[in-house]
Amino acid sequence: MATIAAPTQAGKPDAYSNTTGIWSWIATTDHKRIGTLYLWTALFFFLVGGLEAVIIRTQLMRPNMGFVSADTYNQLFTMHGTTMVFLAIMPLSAAFFNFLIPLQIGARDVAFPRLNAFSYWVYLLGGIFLTVPILFHVAPNGGWFGYAPLTSNQFSPGNNIDFWVIGLQVLGVSSLAAAFNFITTIINMRAPGMTLMRMPMFTWMSFVVQFLLILAFPPITVALVFLIMDRFFGTTFYAIAAGADPLLWQHLFWVFGHPEVYILILPAFGLVSEILPTFSKKPLFGYNVMVYSGIMIGFLGFGVWAHHMFAVGMGAVADTIFSMMTMLIAIPTGVKIFNWIATMWAGEIRFTVAMKFAIALIGMFTIGGISGVMHSSPPADLQQTDTYFIVAHFHYVLFGGSIMGILGGIYFYFPKMTGRFMDERLGNWHFWGTFVGMNLTFFPMHFSGLYGMPRRVYRYDAGQGWDLFNLMSTYGTYLIAVSTLFFVWNFVRSRTRGAVAGSDPWGAGTLEWSIPSPPPEYNFAQLPEVSSRYPLWDLKDPAKTAGIDHSHADAMTITDAHAVPVHEETERFTAKELGIPMPLPTAKPLFTAVGLMTMFSGLPFLRNDMFAVAMTLTIGGACMLIGGLYAWLTSPLE
Amino acid sequence: MSDDAKHATETHHPTGNQYLKIAIILTVITAIEVWAYYIPALVASPLFNPALIIMSALKFAIVVLYYMHIKFDHSLFRLLFTASLILAMCTGTALMFLFGVFKL
Amino acid sequence: MASHAAAALHSASGADAGHQNGHEHHHYTTTGLDNRKIAIWAFLGSECMLFASLISTYLIYKGKSIVGPYPTTEWVNEAGKVFKPILDIPTTSASTAVLLMSSFAMVLALQAVQLKGKEIAATASWWERIQRSSQFWLAATAFLGATFLGFQAYEFTSFVHEGLTLKTNLFGSTFFTLTGFHGAHVTVGVLWLMSLLWIDRTRGLGPKDELVVDICALYWHFVDVVWIVIFTLVYLIS
Ligand code: HEM
Ligand SMILES: [Cu+2]
Repeated sequence: MATIAAPTQAGKPDAYSNTTGIWSWIATTDHKRIGTLYLWTALFFFLVGGLEAVIIRTQLMRPNMGFVSADTYNQLFTMHGTTMVFLAIMPLSAAFFNFLIPLQIGARDVAFPRLNAFSYWVYLLGGIFLTVPILFHVAPNGGWFGYAPLTSNQFSPGNNIDFWVIGLQVLGVSSLAAAFNFITTIINMRAPGMTLMRMPMFTWMSFVVQFLLILAFPPITVALVFLIMDRFFGTTFYAIAAGADPLLWQHLFWVFGHPEVYILILPAFGLVSEILPTFSKKPLFGYNVMVYSGIMIGFLGFGVWAHHMFAVGMGAVADTIFSMMTMLIAIPTGVKIFNWIATMWAGEIRFTVAMKFAIALIGMFTIGGISGVMHSSPPADLQQTDTYFIVAHFHYVLFGGSIMGILGGIYFYFPKMTGRFMDERLGNWHFWGTFVGMNLTFFPMHFSGLYGMPRRVYRYDAGQGWDLFNLMSTYGTYLIAVSTLFFVWNFVRSRTRGAVAGSDPWGAGTLEWSIPSPPPEYNFAQLPEVSSRYPLWDLKDPAKTAGIDHSHADAMTITDAHAVPVHEETERFTAKELGIPMPLPTAKPLFTAVGLMTMFSGLPFLRNDMFAVAMTLTIGGACMLIGGLYAWLTSPLE
Repeated sequence: MSDDAKHATETHHPTGNQYLKIAIILTVITAIEVWAYYIPALVASPLFNPALIIMSALKFAIVVLYYMHIKFDHSLFRLLFTASLILAMCTGTALMFLFGVFKL
Repeated sequence: MASHAAAALHSASGADAGHQNGHEHHHYTTTGLDNRKIAIWAFLGSECMLFASLISTYLIYKGKSIVGPYPTTEWVNEAGKVFKPILDIPTTSASTAVLLMSSFAMVLALQAVQLKGKEIAATASWWERIQRSSQFWLAATAFLGATFLGFQAYEFTSFVHEGLTLKTNLFGSTFFTLTGFHGAHVTVGVLWLMSLLWIDRTRGLGPKDELVVDICALYWHFVDVVWIVIFTLVYLIS
């Protein structure tokens, strides 16, 4: 066949393959590109959510401010929460699932590459659907948990909540599809020798998260279906006058809601479990315990939901059970914290920006965990619930935990994704600004909360002892906002101008660092055969891993003729040169996703008596969806 | 290795006639359920609901074990499904307790 | 051919040998199982949570409706007229039996696909012969599924005539939503079965397609199993 150009120079960061242009992104089925799309999109929504936060804090800076109206304020805090949870943190985690899981387990792609593309497109479209209304002042305004009956027609007659119910329903499809995909990928696409107990901790935590997703999303799907039925078809699920129970929504929502908070935090836990060993030059302390505590957290996470509802009067028995379960879940969480500390103990620590974020997670998350245990006691919670104390709690776990972990992950994996380092100096500005800023913002909220300041109020009177704390919180927010600009600048600039990074720039031990940066489209020229948890350290510095298990005798080990022992790949070829079949690019998943979104977007028109428009969109969308699916399923993958 | 697995399961798969027997058993259980529904004395008995639930669980198990051949398949599938099913049943039961469907 | 080093890698991996001989390429999988089958089982696990939430809500709202019609007890309208409980057990028992039979047809469809191409004795009975027809059993499954949907359509319309709609009361809302969700699942299953039937008629399904049929079968049986639960908890229990 045709002669082939010289192999691409290793270490020369030339994007992911030789195909470029917008179409190569629209039709991509490469998990690394999809991961990149997730990353950019989620960072964009992160900035949107952050901007909303800045406006919220400006309004609360001093007593009785008139920066925004009450209605605008409601839209802002609703969209801030919804955006951060569903459009920023979850998809940022998804960016790492996509980019990292196949690399960490030694696979060439995910189990279902096209389904993966579909998940992304559904996310993008759902995100747009949810976000655009705020530009027209019709954004959802019922809180991120959308309590019905507040969100039913009777109390929320406008289109605002329509966007919320439909948007979340559509985003659920994306998360579920992705979760089935990653469960299958992790079970079935691991390289020879990559037993479950050799998987990198990030993959393990992601594995747990996928189960949380497939089991926690159905209850909220059902709750949303009921709300959609109530709002558009006149059912009475949440109609108190018809005998409905006002707690139905709350229970269904929190059955989802508490596992959801672990969906938000566990990927960040996974990321720091990669960062800490690397920069401490020591294997993760207590790997097995880390795995089991992760599973334990996921499992117990389904049995604590009603701690969000102590104030509704469930009775002594229910309160006691849920309180005990909640205190119990703090144990595996604490175990993780001690294991991270023990990992650093006596290590050769390098304080890179990524490491600083990881260490910050340990500290900040611990503070959030402690306030969590405080309101796991119903009498204490009755004082704290619906005050700024709760806001302080969940921002310490979500900002101090999830966001810190994810930012650390971005600094850590940026060289793998792009072949270039992010700038450490700018990174330090970003880190310290964020770290100081978040404490300045959220620590005072503990006090304003305990002094009685309720959540979700758009203004407050002077003289209640809240003024100083609010002022501090607002300045802290501005500091975070400014340091985020350093991050954005660093991120955008380093892609093309950062220092060139090799395949293993940090001296890490797991598989993803054995291949060039950025990885070639097929990831591994040959399937690696793995015989320990840190195959690359075995290769380069066996002393480091001498203390950990290297057993070869394992029932799950299936040696494959194509596999070779782990080595550092330095040369780059195209998939064609190596004869590796790659999934074909296709826009069918996008087409199908557009069909799904169109189908749902017909619903709001029902309310505005535009029956014909509604039917056209719904039926047209359904046809696109079904047609797209048929076209997709009947065309070959590769 | 995958072929071995396949062979092992194929030999254990029920045959058409066994499937027929299973279908008959399922139909008979359903018939008993409906029959019981029409006997007022039975409906009044405190054992009526538990008995119906047990019969339905039995049918459920038979279909999953044999028709969905989870009994003969890789244990991974059993794990995936049973774990989810147990969690679903626990959650549903807990919800019903919380809403006072059962009286303690 | 590829460049020097690439060629070396190439033969070392041996990955393309199968390709060039025109073999179908088999991807390496850790467990030796097919990806799709793992995914469908995970999906069914997720569906358990979905139906558990729906069924629990139905039971939680049972007996909480303020106005009739009621499912299992008599009710009186404003004019003082007494009505019977609205659920129609004989008809639903029949539709339940139909759905159970469809599961039976489905296992035979899968078996027929697995046995396709195997010899059959000249003395075989009609029952043994018909067992070999995947098209017959696929069609039978789809037909029985459609019949179930017909029963459901009949049930829904007769309820509406008796004054029960989605909006009437909590029973109407929960009942139609729960059974409607199940009906939607049956509809998807029927479409899926008809697609398989169409493939079988155009290019023929054989042992190599076992997995494709198996996955559809798993879904179909699951939908059946959900109905087994609904029938007991919604229709029979008091
Ligand atoms: C040590 C473990 C934890 C415990 C014991 C705990 C406990 C609690 C409790 C009891 C509440 C309800 C407070 C109230 O509304 O009155 C709560 C709220 C909350 N927690 Fe946690 N939590 C823990 C970890 C987490 C984690 C890891 C996250 C997320 C990453 C998280 C996110 C939240 C959120 C978002 C809320 C507020 C929800 C809302 O009302 O909007 N928590 N937590
Ligand atoms: Cu919680």
